Amino acid sequence: MLVNQFLFLAAILFCIGVYGVIARRNAVLVLMSIELILNAVNLNLIAFAMRNGSPDGHTFALYVIAVAAAEVGVGLGMVLLIYRNRKTIALDDLSEMKG
Amino acid sequence: MVAQNIGFALIALVMIVGALRVVTTSNVVHAALWLVVVLSGAAAQYVLLAAEFVAITQVLVYVGAVMVLFLFGTMLTRSRIGRETDLNNPRWKWGIPVALLLFAAMAIALVSAFGDEKMPEDAAPVPVQVVSDQIFGPYLLPFWALSFVLLAAVIGAIVLARKD
Amino acid sequence: MVAASETLNPLATGWFLENAWLIPIVPAIGFALIIFFGKQLPKKGSEIGVLSMLVSLGLAAGAAYQWIERVSSASYEQFVEPVVRTWSWWTIGGVDLTIGQSIDGLAVIILVVVTFISTLVQIYSVEYLHGDRRYTHFFAALTLFSAGMLAMVIAEDTILFILGWEIMGLCSFMLIGHWWEEGANSRAALKAFFTVRTGDMGLLVGVAMLYFASNEWTTENLGVSGFSIRGISAWALSGEPNSAVITVAAIALFIAAIGKSGQFPLHTWLPDAMAGPTPVSSLLHSSTMVVAGVFLVARLYPVFYTGLDILGPGGNFITVIGGITIVIAAALAFVQSDIKKVLAYSTVSQLGYMMLGLGAGAWLPAVFHIFTHAFFKACLFLGAGSISHSASHHSFDMKKDMGGLRKVMPITFTTWIISTLALAGVFPFSGFFSKDEIIDNVGNNGYTIFMIVGLIGAFMTAAYMTRATYLTFFGEARGASAGEHDDHGDHATDHGHGDAHSAHDGHGESRGPRESGPLITIPLILLAVLAFGSGFLNATPFGSSWERIKVWVEPRPAVVMEVAPSGPGESIGLPAAEGHSDTPCGKEAPAEGYCFAPKLEHAKFKWSKAFLSLGIVFAGIVISWLLSVALYTRRSKALVGLTERNKLLGAGYRLLVNKYYLDALYEQVIVKSIVGPIARAAYWFNQNVLDGILHAVARVNRAVSGWLYRNVDQRVVDGTVNNSGRATKGLGGVLQPIQSGKVSQYGALLFAAAAVAALVLVIINT
Repeated sequence: MLVNQFLFLAAILFCIGVYGVIARRNAVLVLMSIELILNAVNLNLIAFAMRNGSPDGHTFALYVIAVAAAEVGVGLGMVLLIYRNRKTIALDDLSEMKG
Repeated sequence: MVAQNIGFALIALVMIVGALRVVTTSNVVHAALWLVVVLSGAAAQYVLLAAEFVAITQVLVYVGAVMVLFLFGTMLTRSRIGRETDLNNPRWKWGIPVALLLFAAMAIALVSAFGDEKMPEDAAPVPVQVVSDQIFGPYLLPFWALSFVLLAAVIGAIVLARKD
Repeated sequence: MVAASETLNPLATGWFLENAWLIPIVPAIGFALIIFFGKQLPKKGSEIGVLSMLVSLGLAAGAAYQWIERVSSASYEQFVEPVVRTWSWWTIGGVDLTIGQSIDGLAVIILVVVTFISTLVQIYSVEYLHGDRRYTHFFAALTLFSAGMLAMVIAEDTILFILGWEIMGLCSFMLIGHWWEEGANSRAALKAFFTVRTGDMGLLVGVAMLYFASNEWTTENLGVSGFSIRGISAWALSGEPNSAVITVAAIALFIAAIGKSGQFPLHTWLPDAMAGPTPVSSLLHSSTMVVAGVFLVARLYPVFYTGLDILGPGGNFITVIGGITIVIAAALAFVQSDIKKVLAYSTVSQLGYMMLGLGAGAWLPAVFHIFTHAFFKACLFLGAGSISHSASHHSFDMKKDMGGLRKVMPITFTTWIISTLALAGVFPFSGFFSKDEIIDNVGNNGYTIFMIVGLIGAFMTAAYMTRATYLTFFGEARGASAGEHDDHGDHATDHGHGDAHSAHDGHGESRGPRESGPLITIPLILLAVLAFGSGFLNATPFGSSWERIKVWVEPRPAVVMEVAPSGPGESIGLPAAEGHSDTPCGKEAPAEGYCFAPKLEHAKFKWSKAFLSLGIVFAGIVISWLLSVALYTRRSKALVGLTERNKLLGAGYRLLVNKYYLDALYEQVIVKSIVGPIARAAYWFNQNVLDGILHAVARVNRAVSGWLYRNVDQRVVDGTVNNSGRATKGLGGVLQPIQSGKVSQYGALLFAAAAVAALVLVIINT
């Protein structure tokens, strides 16, 4: 197995996640795209862990997973709050920081 | 070797298709389900990469908890279940060149850095014990920090989502 | 031969001599004080004037006393060096310009005369001009005049000399035109100024020529510049000068003297200058300023001696001019009815005597005549002023407003007579000792024709003064002297007391002619005493022990070996083994050392010559008396109207009355022909060229500024400002959408930037 194949896969996932963050209007979908990005990173970490023969990558990946979980929890909490106040979670409508 | 490559290729294809569907579908629930596909594929890749504990953790946490969260969030924000239009913001076309540019950059870097480098042949699966030794050994501090982060996240989520 | 080892006495000096430069400073300060504070003082500034002149007089008297001591301390043949002090005030291009004093006998005698007469005139003016409309400025100008003349007298260098000369000219102008509201007065002032100015060109030319010719020699030998009077004198006698150069320089300087001292042909201004107040006439135009020209010749005598070959055979320029002046002025004095004009022509004539003396090599008699003439002429003028002030009600017309005044004005009369006798040259009055010496020496030096001219002049002087005396003091009182003084409109000159009428006590009750007050009569008495006694200071007839002025004033023609460059000098070398009689000075260049004065001849006095001149004078007095009595009192038919009946006499009379038509020549012909075209040309130049240039410049300016405004200011500058604002606004407008508040857009930008950065990094590192 090439090292690059995993890395390329991670890169593709990363870019798709980036596209999703940019293009999506729904806040929840944006969060999902962020999950894609995080998973791409995780894949990178594990691939390098195998290449280098050290378990550091695993450890780091575990931490990333934990943090991602926490981040999703908080993020969705915020989305709920916004929804309660604005009745919408379309990001286009949340432009008070305009100007 | 060949079996691993074939397995990798199949799983990679599924993952990419799934990721694309996540960012292009016009149904929020479908996007969530496609994300499940991607996450599961990632777990399979971890197995290929001899990271069994991480794969299991991925399934447990991501697929099991995070996706449920997403679905709850979708339901609670009354995103219409079923087909709906207009999930892309007006400037969605800008994302394509950005993503492509990014990919180009990364591709160039990867090709020039690693080229045709192969993974080590004799990679043994990393036992859980080794991972736990790492966590509670050199990386103990980040572990504790992480616990605080999780605590904060829990409290934060509860505070945010409270109905006052 | 004097023993070669005879050393010379060190010359005595003293504080007054060393600090004689204070003498002009004090009146100059007085002038400034009067200008600034005079009007506020109780006596309107006259006290400052009198005080400053008294101080100067004291300083001058001290200097005279110490000079006499200095002379006494020298041995008989020793050259008495002048007391010199110089200060350098400017150095330019290697030329060191100095200012300073050079006090010798000539300077001392003139200082005493000027300060004394100035003091008396200032005291006199306190009464005479009381209540005048410009009292304070009168005293200011009078004091400034004294400062200027004193500066000229002490001057060590020709620059200071010119400065003093010019200040005198300015003050003369100011004082003659003191009552300038009447056109005649201001015209007279202008005439005086311009006529003297014409001569002053000669002064500048002469000084410049002497500087350039002598500077090399003087700096090399004496360490002084070509402006130094001592330097020029030594240079003139050193045999160095090119004879053409020094002759032209001497003539140029003499032209200046002609203008200032009223010699023919530039004498026309002096009689008109009588339009000024009488104190001015007596100070400036009789005793002090007009002798400045004589002083110039006497001071720079070696230049004239060498340049005009004074002791050589035949006449020279100076004697010719002097002789002509004596006669024509005396002739004009006969036809004047204004008493001041008689005195003015008399002054011109006496100045002619002084010039004649100088031109003929009679240096000391001419200088002595300055001395005595100052006293009796000033006394005569002040007497005329006294008459006008107290008797003839500001009129100077002898025929109309005077007559028989000897009974009413005894002091004025007595002083007048004393001064007249002195002027005529009657023994033992001072004029005899000075004027006769001139005539004697002129004849002795070989100028026989001029001696005869001098004798004729003496006759005429006695005659016209007798006529004037008769008209004024004898006969019957006429006009104002008789107590009639109504219409003031008649009074032409000297009447400017518009605001002073209240000062004349008792105008309504006609008090008639009376003697003047003490402030007027005391100066008269003092001057009359001097007019009588000053002659004894150099009474040659009585023997050489009486010739004090000669000893004190005449520079000795001894050769001086070494000269200290500045400061009070002593002759520290030996005389070149020659005594008084063997000195080469004047005849040839000294072999070594320097000459400062030429050797002159002195006529031996003979009573036979004196009797001749006295006889001529008496003849003049008697003939004039008889004629005056016949013409003016008895109105004898033969004499009255004679000039109208007899064609020749009538033509002569008209010639005299019209002043030889010289005024007409100068004003109508010369001045008009020069002034008219020049004035028109200047006007044309001003209007067309100068104004044309100005207008063109203005037009160009306007066009340029208009163009600048439209293009540079409006378009470029304003455009830059406006467009920068628009650009900023545009840029802001362009950048504004970035801040849309849309999260997705922010995210897009973020990732795009990151992508670009990554790409760059990748490319750099691969």
